[in-house]
Amino acid sequence: MSKDIRIKKGLDIKLVGEAKQVTTELPLGSVFAVRPSDFHGVIPKILAKEGTEVKAGEALFHSKSDERILFPSPVSGKITEIVRGARRKVLEIKITTNGTQDYKSFDKVDVSSMSGEEVKNHLFASGCWPFIKQRPYDVVANPNQAPKAIFVSGYASGPLAANYDYVLEGKQEELQVALTALTKLTEGKVHVSVGSSKSPLAKLKEIEVHHVSGPHPIGNVSTQIAQVNPINKGEVVWVVRPQDLVVIGELLLTGKLNLKRTIAVTGSKINEPKYVTAFAGAQIGDIVKGNLNNDNTRVISGDVLSGLQEGEEGFLGYYDNQITAIPEGDDYEFFGWNKPIFNKISTSRALTFSWLTPKKKYDLNTNTNGEHRAFVVTGAYEEVFPLDIYPMQLLKACMYKDLDEMEGLGAYEIAPEDFALTEFICVSKQPHQKIIREGLDLMREELG
Amino acid sequence: MGLKQNLHNLKEKYKGTKMAPLFNGFHTFLYLPNETTHGGTHVKAADDLKRTMNTVIMALVPCLLFGMFNAGYQHHLATGEIERVTGFFSGNFWNLNNLGVGLIKVLPLVIVSYVVGLAIEFVFCIIKGHEIEEGYLVTGMLVPLIVPIDLPLWMLAVAVAFGVVIGKEVFGGTGMNILNPALTIRAFLFFAYPTWMSGDKVWVNGARELAGSADAISGETMLGSLAQNLTPNYSVSEMFFGFIPGSVGETSTFLILLGALFLIFTKIGSWRIMLSSVIGALVMGFVFNMVADAGIIGETSKFYGLMSLDFWKHLLIGGFAFGAVYMATDPVTASQTNKGKWIYGFLIGFISIMIRVFNPAYPEGVMLAILLMNVFAPTIDHYVVQGNVKKRLKRAKVKTA
Repeated sequence: MSKDIRIKKGLDIKLVGEAKQVTTELPLGSVFAVRPSDFHGVIPKILAKEGTEVKAGEALFHSKSDERILFPSPVSGKITEIVRGARRKVLEIKITTNGTQDYKSFDKVDVSSMSGEEVKNHLFASGCWPFIKQRPYDVVANPNQAPKAIFVSGYASGPLAANYDYVLEGKQEELQVALTALTKLTEGKVHVSVGSSKSPLAKLKEIEVHHVSGPHPIGNVSTQIAQVNPINKGEVVWVVRPQDLVVIGELLLTGKLNLKRTIAVTGSKINEPKYVTAFAGAQIGDIVKGNLNNDNTRVISGDVLSGLQEGEEGFLGYYDNQITAIPEGDDYEFFGWNKPIFNKISTSRALTFSWLTPKKKYDLNTNTNGEHRAFVVTGAYEEVFPLDIYPMQLLKACMYKDLDEMEGLGAYEIAPEDFALTEFICVSKQPHQKIIREGLDLMREELG
Repeated sequence: MGLKQNLHNLKEKYKGTKMAPLFNGFHTFLYLPNETTHGGTHVKAADDLKRTMNTVIMALVPCLLFGMFNAGYQHHLATGEIERVTGFFSGNFWNLNNLGVGLIKVLPLVIVSYVVGLAIEFVFCIIKGHEIEEGYLVTGMLVPLIVPIDLPLWMLAVAVAFGVVIGKEVFGGTGMNILNPALTIRAFLFFAYPTWMSGDKVWVNGARELAGSADAISGETMLGSLAQNLTPNYSVSEMFFGFIPGSVGETSTFLILLGALFLIFTKIGSWRIMLSSVIGALVMGFVFNMVADAGIIGETSKFYGLMSLDFWKHLLIGGFAFGAVYMATDPVTASQTNKGKWIYGFLIGFISIMIRVFNPAYPEGVMLAILLMNVFAPTIDHYVVQGNVKKRLKRAKVKTA
């Protein structure tokens, strides 16, 4: 049985530089980095010291709170540097490859005959556990809690997002195995959403498929959870992303942890937007080599709403399957606050004319288009926010750290990415995602 | 090396100093700043608070211009120099003679309002070291439109100082205030200088000076006459287009309606508040009509004049339309939830007409109604938000049961 999910509230941010559906195989590259900060809330305990050789799939560190949760190296090579910041916090673990991939081999397993506990242990051992994230709090899942359901969003609605129908093509076998493994981990159902019936996920078994349609953030898993099986206090839902399912599936089938992904290289500053293959943690300069117009450009690992600013020296985030390059907007604009605007997106019609051309693709830059202000305008966030939550009230509760109010207003149901659109349209230019992240961190600390 | 570069160098020079907010206030007035995003979303929508406020000001400009002409028209009409208008585009109204009076009387009000208000705003920004916020741009335009034409400028200056400091800055500036600053200013004037804010000598330019002389003129607002059970002889079209005495910019329901449509179209003003306050006013007016028709209130009662006024005419007279469109919709002091906006607006309309009818001493209810509902807006929001919280709790209980 499938249930369709349709939303009306939201906003598609259409940008120039969508990836063409061709994939280029890239050479391995030389320097890679794994950053513990990609796994929010995890305090790393280093296992592989500087100078040691690791294989692809071998653990680099484990979580201080649970030593079963291993974080593997995406490539084989020598650990050349562990970069530390203030108070010796580990920032980056850099691995230099020797040009070939040497995989640590795990057991090939037959998932259908395994118990939930066995699947869990196998995922722990092979370093696949970090792929499973949880709601509430949007962090790596706590294996000691039982999820009431597991959600996979097979439709990416973010700006210039990699098209899952394309990047998952031909991976049905891996996906099926991984989903079967997930069904062992929960008493409830595994919900998978797809954007079209052509999706490789649409025909798989043992899962509940939902067809979704509507503007962004329909692809955000919180939107889908809220429609299918909303999270209540005390409940936990696990979330896995399709590209990670492929990795899990390949591990279960072949015994190799292969973190090679198809990445969308997008944005108006990319000469030829397309798909490439790359390993998690790859250096961005290697991925965009010869394809980047590097004149006052911001290179982002991820999308323009929730990605991280990296530059060519930076590295592809552990979970990211997209790189975006857009122009920096560090210039003044004469009377930019009152003249008619045709080349920027706006949800109002206050001499902004993007409502006339809903199909137009925009070349937005990183200018804030105004200064930071207190919250003034009301009622605008609700138009792009599909959840049954009062966004401004929740943001304010996070700002003044009222845990009861945050709980009551639905903080268990959200992730920072759900506030990306409200942040985008915010007239007062408030950092919504940061406010929410800090609020969730506080709740996690205080309430566990 | 144009102006842009020079200003940029100056900005760098002033950075971190006490004067930085002041300089940036003027700089960002000329140029959208060169700030880029850090963390969070890398791109942002085109709107900022300046654009939002500017849109409201644009919607107010027609009212201001009309108010200038009307100031002259009412004066010349009262002194008998011109005839009553016959249509909206009548030459008796739209002429330089009328505009001249308006320019002399109204522009000083605008200038005093902005100069005093912005000066206080600047001082507070420099003391607190935060950027100059745009809130006063709208307030400064609203204030001259809601005062009588003959208000002495020093009174306006005192009231603006009071309203900005007590009404806004003590709460933390733009976005933090509880009461609408423009109405706080008006309420201060009303209670501090009542003889300058009501009666039949303040609405037409020159009425006060000429009082008692052979050329004495009087200009009673429609509400004033009705409260005295007199029947003002204005036609419906004169009321609608605004050729009646009243505060500077509040008389033309027609232009206010256009402004409202503009605000709704641009999505800056809340159509929920505007619509629900109109509904509230109509309901209250209709109830009073029924009471009057049923003979409960006789013609000798002092409430009869306003109570028996056709209920829809309440929308055309006094400051109701102006208040509902430009003041009730102030997002900071209004209800912030969509459901709350319906309740908030309805009660404003309802209470406005109630005060209007039952307060013959000062027959304009909309100011007090909005201020009252400003105070209650957080309470309304609280219950609306609690509804959402309860729904969530209920969902959890059904689950465990």
